[in-house]
Amino acid sequence: MSTTRAAPAQSRRRAAPGRGGSGPDERRLNWRNRLYRFDMRYMPYLMIAPFFLLFIVFGLFPLVFNGVVSLRNYRLDDPTLPYWAGFENFTRLAGDEDFWNALYNTFGIFLLSSVPQLLLALVVASLLNRKLRAQTWWRVGILLPYVTPIVASSMVFSVFFSRDFGMANWVLGLFGYGSPEAPIDWRADKPHSWTAIATMVNWKWIGYNALLYLAAMQSIPRDVYEAAAIDGAGPWKQLWKITVPMIQPVIVFTVVLSTIGGLQLFTEPMLFDPNAQAATGGPNGEWQTIAQLIYKVGWKDLNLGYAAAMSWALFLIILVVAGVNTLLTNRLSGGRK
Amino acid sequence: MTVAPPRPTAGVRRNRPALMGRAPQDTPAGLGTYLLLAVTMLFAAFPLYWMFVIATSNDEALAKLPPAVVPGDRFMTNVDEVFSLQDVYFAASLVNSLIVSSVVTASVLFFCSLAGFAFAKLRFAGRNALMLFVILTLTVPNQLGIVALYIVMGRLGWNGTLLAVIAPGLVTAFGVFYMRQFIVNTVPDELVESARVDGATTMRVYGNIVLPAIRPALAVLGLLTFVATWNDFQWPLITLSGTDYPTSMVAISDLASGNYVIYRRVLAGAFIATVPLLVMLFIGGRQIVRGIMEGAVKS
Repeated sequence: MSTTRAAPAQSRRRAAPGRGGSGPDERRLNWRNRLYRFDMRYMPYLMIAPFFLLFIVFGLFPLVFNGVVSLRNYRLDDPTLPYWAGFENFTRLAGDEDFWNALYNTFGIFLLSSVPQLLLALVVASLLNRKLRAQTWWRVGILLPYVTPIVASSMVFSVFFSRDFGMANWVLGLFGYGSPEAPIDWRADKPHSWTAIATMVNWKWIGYNALLYLAAMQSIPRDVYEAAAIDGAGPWKQLWKITVPMIQPVIVFTVVLSTIGGLQLFTEPMLFDPNAQAATGGPNGEWQTIAQLIYKVGWKDLNLGYAAAMSWALFLIILVVAGVNTLLTNRLSGGRK
Repeated sequence: MTVAPPRPTAGVRRNRPALMGRAPQDTPAGLGTYLLLAVTMLFAAFPLYWMFVIATSNDEALAKLPPAVVPGDRFMTNVDEVFSLQDVYFAASLVNSLIVSSVVTASVLFFCSLAGFAFAKLRFAGRNALMLFVILTLTVPNQLGIVALYIVMGRLGWNGTLLAVIAPGLVTAFGVFYMRQFIVNTVPDELVESARVDGATTMRVYGNIVLPAIRPALAVLGLLTFVATWNDFQWPLITLSGTDYPTSMVAISDLASGNYVIYRRVLAGAFIATVPLLVMLFIGGRQIVRGIMEGAVKS
């Protein structure tokens, strides 16, 4: 292309190892030679270095250092404690009711948000997987929740699920559920608060996951459907017997993604609480998630060592759950006979 | 029973002879599909619309049943209130968010395309092992290192400054991975080779051949990075809350804390901070869709 033309004239002389010394200026050739060798040998490392440096300093190191901190007494309000704490933070964790409560909440909200999220995404994806007019606009429209800041949408849903004059209660009232005299208090107990928070998560991620599924659906070879037509598989059967197994890798991928994201849920439960800064997730921790508890322990109670131990515990939990979910999904979506 | 097995347009279980063995994406959508999609759109858009309704209402409109569903006329009043609150720094927060998101996006694009190019087209010892490392780190949730990150930033003296928010975002493993894939598929080896033969240095190849060829991928990665950075909340909250330099997300959460939260204000602020992203979706929606869908097929 024109780019090669743009190369300076003397460089056409081929800076390659050729040491024929044909040029009038031997020294310059030598210099070019060295430059060439440097360029070939070390330039690739220079090009990947910024990524690795930055990633190691601000990504990997904190993760490892977190392990060190979790074995220390690291209280911002009391620097006099002995340096090492041994496994004290972890033993304390095992008996910490707040932690188990938060773990319970996290799993509850996770189930209520991930299962409907992925199933509905599958439905939306198969709706989109047709020859549509204004195809791009449907796909873009479905991403509205994805680009909306979670902070903003959580505030909208907070109002939506308010006890007095909340739209959720009003709509449910239309269907004969609840009444203006005794409105549902969405922040009073676990089932209601979990549902409200799960609604936010579902709203945010259904469209995104639908696009992931759609991409996979469109790469299914077309002749598979011909075969299905001959076998006379109905639409529902076709979805579960053909489409789902064919896009299984992507389904597993979304399950892992939503496990990692769902178990670290932070913004939605934080802002669902009118008293967000306390990070207690309701007056009695009705919907306090682990990520929220870590925030509270670390930056409200100023006990960074303990918060680090919790982060490690959460890390392990995520690993285990993601593994189990991968196996489960593999069984459910592919192994079906 | 075996009439024309239609496609699993889940929900629309209608037997459509037209489908007969055709792949779903070749089959024109029926009315039912359009209706269900329209309902989906309604659900997707309603919270955004309602955010605007609340942002334009007065207090009375928010305290009645049935709730208001048409915008009021108080938008400018509410916006003025948000901007004039002394300890929220809302105007500054928008600038901060813009700075953080722009710097992070520019940096991700540059460093990730550079590394992606090296992994895609250059030969060097340890290339495969290092790429494997990048792929493995794709799934590591860095959020779990925030306690230590806070301590690191404390040592550097960056906590409470925009640097603390910018630095961890400067590169992403996803960016490198995405760029590498794109370059492998779109930049022919011969082009790189012939440029080399003509004496072009590696950086020259990057600037003159790779960059022009990967413009679409840069747009995709740039949009995704900008949106994610603008919306980031947990880490900015930890390091910036209580300072005079919040990002807009932190400022909104400040608006929403206190004994008596005035929601029309909060949502006026939230709406303003959402508009830039809606504009980006409107302009670059095609690219964002493409980025997400391409990412899916590759992973």
